[in-house]
Amino acid sequence: MNLDMMAMQAFTGLSIFTILTLMALGLAIVFGLMGVINMAHGELMAMGAYTTYFTSLFFAKFLPGLFGIYFLVGIVLAFFVTFAFGWILERGLIRFLYKRPLDTMLATWGLSLILQQLYRQFINAKEVEVTTVSWLKGAWQVTEGVSLPLSRLFIIGLAVVTAIAVYMFLYRTRWGLRIRAVTQNRPMAGAAGINTERVDAFTFALGCGLAGIAGSSFTMLASTGPTTGQAYIVDTFIVVVFGGVESLLGTIASAFMIGQMQSWFEYSMSGSMARASILLLVIVVLYFRPNGLFATKVRRA
Amino acid sequence: MTTPATSTPATNIRSNLWGVGSYLLLALLLLVVFPLAMDVFRLGLAAKYMSLAFCAVGIVLVWGYGGILSLGQGVFFGLGSYFMAMFLKLEAAANADSSSGTALSAFFGTAGLPDFMAWNSVEVLPWWWEPFHHVSFTILAILIGPPLVAFILGYVNFRKRVGGVYFSIVTLALSAIMAIVIIGQQGYTGGVNGITDFKTFLGMDLDNERAKFVMYFITAGLLLLCVAAGAFILRSRLGRVLVAIRDREDRVRFSGYDPAMFKAFIFAVAAMFSAIGGAMFTIQVGLASPSLVGIVPSVEMVIYAAVGGRLSLIGAVYGALLVGWAKTFFSENFVEYWFYFIGVLFVVVVMFLPTGLAGLLDKVRTRMRRAEG
Amino acid sequence: MSNFNRRQFIKTSSAIAAASALPFPMINIRTAGAQANTVKVGILHSLTGTIAIAEKSVVDAEQLAIEELNKAGGVSGHKIEAVVEDGASDWPTFAEKARKLIEKDKVAAVFGCYTSASRKAVLPVFEKSKGLLYYPTYYEGLEQSPNIMYTAQEASQSVIAAMDWLMKNKGKTFYMIGSDYIWPRTTIKIAKAVLAKGGGKLVGEDYYPLGHIEFSSAINKIKGAKPDVILNCVVGGSNVAFFKQLTAAGITGKNQTVLSLAVSEEEVSGIGADNTVDTLTCMGYFQSLKNPANEKFVKSFKAKYGANRGVGDTLECGYISVHLWKMAAEKAKSFDVEKVVAASSNLEIDAPEGKVKFHAANHHLWKHARIGTFQPDGQVNMIYESPLIEPNPFPKL
Repeated sequence: MNLDMMAMQAFTGLSIFTILTLMALGLAIVFGLMGVINMAHGELMAMGAYTTYFTSLFFAKFLPGLFGIYFLVGIVLAFFVTFAFGWILERGLIRFLYKRPLDTMLATWGLSLILQQLYRQFINAKEVEVTTVSWLKGAWQVTEGVSLPLSRLFIIGLAVVTAIAVYMFLYRTRWGLRIRAVTQNRPMAGAAGINTERVDAFTFALGCGLAGIAGSSFTMLASTGPTTGQAYIVDTFIVVVFGGVESLLGTIASAFMIGQMQSWFEYSMSGSMARASILLLVIVVLYFRPNGLFATKVRRA
Repeated sequence: MTTPATSTPATNIRSNLWGVGSYLLLALLLLVVFPLAMDVFRLGLAAKYMSLAFCAVGIVLVWGYGGILSLGQGVFFGLGSYFMAMFLKLEAAANADSSSGTALSAFFGTAGLPDFMAWNSVEVLPWWWEPFHHVSFTILAILIGPPLVAFILGYVNFRKRVGGVYFSIVTLALSAIMAIVIIGQQGYTGGVNGITDFKTFLGMDLDNERAKFVMYFITAGLLLLCVAAGAFILRSRLGRVLVAIRDREDRVRFSGYDPAMFKAFIFAVAAMFSAIGGAMFTIQVGLASPSLVGIVPSVEMVIYAAVGGRLSLIGAVYGALLVGWAKTFFSENFVEYWFYFIGVLFVVVVMFLPTGLAGLLDKVRTRMRRAEG
Repeated sequence: MSNFNRRQFIKTSSAIAAASALPFPMINIRTAGAQANTVKVGILHSLTGTIAIAEKSVVDAEQLAIEELNKAGGVSGHKIEAVVEDGASDWPTFAEKARKLIEKDKVAAVFGCYTSASRKAVLPVFEKSKGLLYYPTYYEGLEQSPNIMYTAQEASQSVIAAMDWLMKNKGKTFYMIGSDYIWPRTTIKIAKAVLAKGGGKLVGEDYYPLGHIEFSSAINKIKGAKPDVILNCVVGGSNVAFFKQLTAAGITGKNQTVLSLAVSEEEVSGIGADNTVDTLTCMGYFQSLKNPANEKFVKSFKAKYGANRGVGDTLECGYISVHLWKMAAEKAKSFDVEKVVAASSNLEIDAPEGKVKFHAANHHLWKHARIGTFQPDGQVNMIYESPLIEPNPFPKL
């Protein structure tokens, strides 16, 4: 393996890391802060992707001159659409199940089936084509042998911005303070005058909104179809569990490790074997660190 | 089969009677009503759903009474299914007579080898296939292999106090791995296609009507046996410790028990049930497929138990039959909508019927009794 | 006493409730007996689940053919009635539905299955229950059932021709990549044999799980290996990721020969034409073929399903399957499976893909292999057409 290859592979690892981070952030918030397991997380990503798709159709038809910026608008819209959906979902379904985390898993699984069929029936049974905007096509030629795809660079940037924004939001704003207060001590927070129900809805919706952002940006890399969400969900869960809930930094660190593993394993063995090896490794690690690699607290259950 | 929360002798007798009564009713339904009321095709379907009911019964044990939600029952179902398929395939390969079979073995010059090995250029039967020439080994493998795997897996995890959601995810990852490995090693496992095209079981042609009846009754009998075994376990001391662990694990531990041992044991029992179900499934449907190992079927098995009632072994059987029947009915008559139906079923059961149909029945029963005064 | 009665009552009523909750021998609204002048056929594809993406439109093509035949008077004066079942991308379900179509609906023929796995699952059912399946997807070969007619190309009919052409025109070093299951593995096996015979060199071979969406390591390996040709046997949704990521990494049809064996016009609509432009594809049929039969097929498909819908190889094979069955049944003057199969031997059809005919014995069609480049509008510009190739599901390598 020469130096160019090393650089490219390292970049691949970095890229997978940021992709996994984007996927997992939303789930980590919902799972880590609320203990809710949202099996429909993948379908929410698909919802974000579809939102981007419809945005591109709208721009192509009504604002062809501004087509270059549709993607940015699409990402923002994807966030708001999934955020709104998340809010409704929390009020209509999730809030009744807070005391039964395993049941949330089943109910949201059912929801994911419904969403998939809705996409299939009302949008398209086939994948839809989401055009990548021209300024994100192609690659940045660093040296002769090293070129970095612009779409991946964009996702790296997006992940960094999103992660920092989430961190700032949780630790530097009043809403973040409320969320943390409710997570840590619900009755006390309620007694201090925080509307805990609204905080719940907001937290859940925020997690869903982040899924929307992830799904929207992945339209540049992969397909947008009814079963798109299924392709993401297992990886997303593994990242969150591997990192240990309750710590966003843990999630990010775990995304980094899994990203690196995937990049180097896939380089050195067949893609199928790489995937099985990664899953196996995760199970082994979970055996030694049952609450995740970076758990801050001892078990809760 | 309810949790003995406030058990006075009177209610105990009553619930015993109720339990035995509903067990007999189930036996009547499976052994008499179904065979009389259905043609061979529908009976075959019923047998298929019954083989999935084995998993649901196991899930009631581990989930309802052990408090462990396993999303990896498909792994054990798959092991049982593949073990049986390996046996059937070797029998079919030994006396291949279908025209596709002969064309193949003539072409590859590999008579006696399963067809998928021939076309993946595996020329010698792998050593771990060899023992599956024998029916006795196959049955032993089905009864011992999966529970052993489950026990070890369960014990190391429970020992480390991996529980709740984490255990669910670990088992989920396990079913994903198993599916990927099976698909990847297609020379030895048949890959995505699975293992298909069996001819006979111990010389009995699997496709004639008599054989179908026989296999139906064997499946029904084994299922009833598993339900009885489950009920027996729950009524024993072990069952009570289990419920105690589910409700207050730390107290049980302070009382000197090793909860990991109990949980691993019940997990192993459930794995055995699933494996038996898998083996029967292979015989009924005529194939072993990785699509029964992965995440989706594993989660579906949980919903069978949830619909029937996670605290009721008998309910689990009804749950599996009901969901299976509904799936068939909806997909035959409302092709576009059956996915919605299954999705809505998940949501509704979890939201409004957390104890499933059995719980609903119990509620009605209690209300009636109260009305009696 | 009243207590006992009450309990008795509850028990009985709950028994009735339980029994009525399981109305297994249900009334099937579609099994009402066929009238004398209709003939039932089955359509069995995945309408839900992961493979529905590819299979749903095949159903459309098959139903179009049935509609056309019915308008023209049916088959030997019988109106065709189609029973559609959903295989749900689940192989055991395929087996269940196949049994239902043959045993309950007593269909004369079934048009269906897409993946090899689903065909393998239904094969024993068709052989034992003496049904007849028309299978419309290009596949790996290595099979020949008396109860299945294969109307698309088996592996040797596309990959051998493609490899010969590539080695003659594009170069001798190959990187082969595929999804991890039987069709790509067999196809690549045959390709490697052809490559070795022609003195070419394999510089890399890689398999990814079905549905995989991260190909950057594979692309890096390809960049390192610098092959003359990338032979792409990736299938389904993974192709979207593969092509988008290739393009983003700067590998396009302009600077690299990429030949796909499982990408038709249908897939391109999801991948995006700008990601596949100038790459090669090898199929038996392209929508852009110029002949009267094809013009009629494309026109009536668009008329029925909308001008924005396109057709591809599998759709065309599904479409001609129905016609081939009709011709065989009329030739045999019977719907009996054995007679229809016998009448299919050497049966010739003027199909949208040109004149093709069944092999005398092996149930496959003689076919053209066609290679073309993808255009910016997602259509294919054909650059090579082989003569009719004899089907040989068990090729000597």
